[in-house]
Amino acid sequence: MTPPTDRADTASGPRPEPGTSADAIPAGAIPAGAHPMVRFEQVTKRFGDLVVLDQLDLEIAANEKVAIIGPSGSGKTTVLRALMTLERIDGGVIHVDGEPLTHMRRNGALVPADGPHLKRMRGQIGMVFQQFNLFPHMTAVKNCMEAPMTVLGLSRDEARQRAAELLAMVGLSDKLDHYPAQLSGGQQQRVAIARALAMRPKVMLFDEVTSALDPELCGEVLNVIRELGAAHHLTMLMVTHQMGFAREFADRVCFFDSGRIVEQGPPGQLFNAPASERTRQFLNAVMQAS
Amino acid sequence: MNGAVWDWAYAIEILPILGAASIMTVQATLGGFVLALILGLAFAIGRMTGPRWLRRANTAVVEFIRSTPLLIQIFFLYYVMPEVGVQLDALPTGILALGLHYGAYCSEVYRAGLENVPKGQWEASIALNLSPWTTFRDIILPQAIPPVVPALGNYLVALFKETPLLSAIAVTELMQMAKILGSESFRYTEPITLVGVFFLVFSLLSAALIRRVERQLQRRSGINRSQAQP
Repeated sequence: MTPPTDRADTASGPRPEPGTSADAIPAGAIPAGAHPMVRFEQVTKRFGDLVVLDQLDLEIAANEKVAIIGPSGSGKTTVLRALMTLERIDGGVIHVDGEPLTHMRRNGALVPADGPHLKRMRGQIGMVFQQFNLFPHMTAVKNCMEAPMTVLGLSRDEARQRAAELLAMVGLSDKLDHYPAQLSGGQQQRVAIARALAMRPKVMLFDEVTSALDPELCGEVLNVIRELGAAHHLTMLMVTHQMGFAREFADRVCFFDSGRIVEQGPPGQLFNAPASERTRQFLNAVMQAS
Repeated sequence: MNGAVWDWAYAIEILPILGAASIMTVQATLGGFVLALILGLAFAIGRMTGPRWLRRANTAVVEFIRSTPLLIQIFFLYYVMPEVGVQLDALPTGILALGLHYGAYCSEVYRAGLENVPKGQWEASIALNLSPWTTFRDIILPQAIPPVVPALGNYLVALFKETPLLSAIAVTELMQMAKILGSESFRYTEPITLVGVFFLVFSLLSAALIRRVERQLQRRSGINRSQAQP
């Protein structure tokens, strides 16, 4: 665990407006007047000497679907983990729906957030992991009931009904009472999506959700995400290696390298006419691989 | 000649007396083990999650207990606690000593179990906004405990076999009763042998019981369920 850092200094004082740092390309800014659901302001994260996020500025509008691509070690997963409060950031502020995520205002200054604040903020965010991280000792439906019952205070019946609806939505109404070990990888990942949705988040994070799956099982998971994007008012942020899916699904694609956004824009623009040489190199390498 | 070494009539005569004393042994075993299970878990959690000073203190206490003989701990509690105003009878003192001693050992077992739960389980719990308490109770412990039940079970049997040490502070468990009977009749063969047989039978029984609990937990945990479709 990294020792707690005093972040109050980074949270106050003048800072440049988001999106004006030298490397950020304004093409990716959210539409004027759109409500920003997530905002990274000069966010820095280090692991020892390694800078994983380098004064990152990133804004995501409500209901926007953003795909993050980039080479491994570029910091793309850290964006999601910082947003889910799984990583402590070393500098900057993250806002969710207008409120600072890991800070709170006290006497006009931003101070590190206390438990209740973190809990309230986390409640707006759901996350799906590469390795599913289902609870192996609980059935599919129990996986989806645990948090609604213990965190939201739903009754067993309410939680079960909600879980059953969501599992039906991801096409698993016949697997309610199966344990994770009795399900295929694709089915497990769909349970994980249902489990996250059961908390009714505003923002959903998908961290390389198909990377641990056999190729023929990716489709069923991506289909669920596709339907989710179409049917729900959800802000979605996904780290992915599936360029085809990113191109088709995302409103905006961000290319990360060395903890910064090198280039971002609508998928058509970024994939067909990348402005940066680095992006071109990466896309070429990925295309050759596949 | 057979009668000189082993007197069946005497053995049968003292059997009910030893049977009554065995209740004390079982009480000390169960009391001590329940205490060890609770204290062990508290030690393990304190050692893993507490602030630095608590972790250090915890480690020191556990190492201290594990590095000193149980017999000395029993004497210490029995003779020193009253000096500081804690008056306990012999049996509760014995249970406390057994619980502390084996709690220290159990804490290492728990720790191994807790550390084996994948980090992703903690992260999923944070992402679902579960409180640390709920995470421990519903997610971590149900996965950490079943794999360590055999190791905990070994300590139950070990603790059971150490209950004769309580005869040192005159708890009238089996061994103490055997010594009393021996000193009255000057026949030690029958009482000591019967005590040995009693321990053998109970050890085998509890080993079987532990295996059952183990199977039950595995069945309930779902972890060992048949791997399904690829």
